Amino acid sequence: MSKRKPAEEYHKTFAFHFFSWLQGEKDPYLGNVEMKPQEEYVIDPEMQLRHEKEHDAILDKVYDMAHNRELRLFHRLYQATSILFCLFLMALLLVTISHLPATGAAVKPVNNEVAARYIESGLEETGAVNIVAGMILDYRAFDTLGESHVLFVATITVLIMLRLDKNKKGEPNPLTRDMNPNDRIYEPKNDAILQLVASFLVPIIIIFGIYIILNGHLGPGGGFSGGAVIGAGLILYLNAFGFSKTERFFTEKTYKWICFFSLSFYCLAKSYSFYTGANHLHSIIPKGTPGAILSSGLILPLNIAVGLVVACTMYAFYAMFRKGGF
Amino acid sequence: MTVFQIILMGLLIICAVSVSFSKNLLNSVLIYMSFSLVMSLLWICLESPDLAITEAAVGAGITSVLFFVTLKKIHAINIAEKSEEQKASQCPAPEKGGQDE
Repeated sequence: MSKRKPAEEYHKTFAFHFFSWLQGEKDPYLGNVEMKPQEEYVIDPEMQLRHEKEHDAILDKVYDMAHNRELRLFHRLYQATSILFCLFLMALLLVTISHLPATGAAVKPVNNEVAARYIESGLEETGAVNIVAGMILDYRAFDTLGESHVLFVATITVLIMLRLDKNKKGEPNPLTRDMNPNDRIYEPKNDAILQLVASFLVPIIIIFGIYIILNGHLGPGGGFSGGAVIGAGLILYLNAFGFSKTERFFTEKTYKWICFFSLSFYCLAKSYSFYTGANHLHSIIPKGTPGAILSSGLILPLNIAVGLVVACTMYAFYAMFRKGGF
Repeated sequence: MTVFQIILMGLLIICAVSVSFSKNLLNSVLIYMSFSLVMSLLWICLESPDLAITEAAVGAGITSVLFFVTLKKIHAINIAEKSEEQKASQCPAPEKGGQDE
């Protein structure tokens, strides 16, 4: 523990100067650089008229197709070259396609021993009846981890661009206050038809999404598609009932924590096997009999993690496009 | 390749061409949605139901919803309606805005 310095002594230290410079308390240019207050720019109407006339004259002369011979030639050349280029590209692509092996041909480079191994021993090694799920969440789990992070980074980027800033007191930032008004205030609220339909459909859609996620290792589907379905259901609910209803259970904090826990769970669960030479982490969930819902080890929890991230991301995209926040 | 798949392929080409030739942005988004639906049917025919579910949820659902929101944000939907109303109400008036664009 260091002793707390008195204020005068602290003001002489490097740390004080550094942090005051970092926080912008002191302007280094103030008093050192000669500064004049800016004058307001006044438009001279005569000058403006002259500039416009000159501008028009130049444009008239340059784009005078009837008399400007070079321009005409250039236009012809441009059109001819673009047509030729398109034809060349089409021919190139068609020739390339005609040389490709037919779908499912034995000489295709896709049909090597990797695919054969996936098909032969995929069920035994991963425990997933759906070989695709076994592939993307077990053999190639690293790719799926990257995909989840791409989605997360995309949301963060949209958040940076579209977010409405609020300071600590909850007042909107004066710079962005007028830029992105919440466009829902112009809409009719409490649409009876939409609300009735949504109250029937939203539970079904969300249950269908959960079914797709939980059955990812047994049948077609998985984390990404199920998460997208759940996200679509949430968006429908939001459209019918407005932000005040959805903010009861889904706020920015919820989004942050769900994404953080899902992504870090995925990272920890899978990085163990990445770092220990692709040995499998011994899951608490046993491999079980293929076909049962609690089978195939780690694939089910990973599917749930991916599904949560995707559902939250889809909803967050919509909410940020709509009102610049959650 | 069955007849059904060939019909779906034809629909795909029709959708892809008509998206680029449609003047109305809202129509283009709707055609794009139908493109995704046809594509998801085609995925089922090609025996990949995983992709079909994803295509239907993401391509036809969420992407188009985001397109709609964007069109609404930039007032592209309202402007189209307004210009049609203006054309209907004052047909002989000379169009000033056309030359600027």
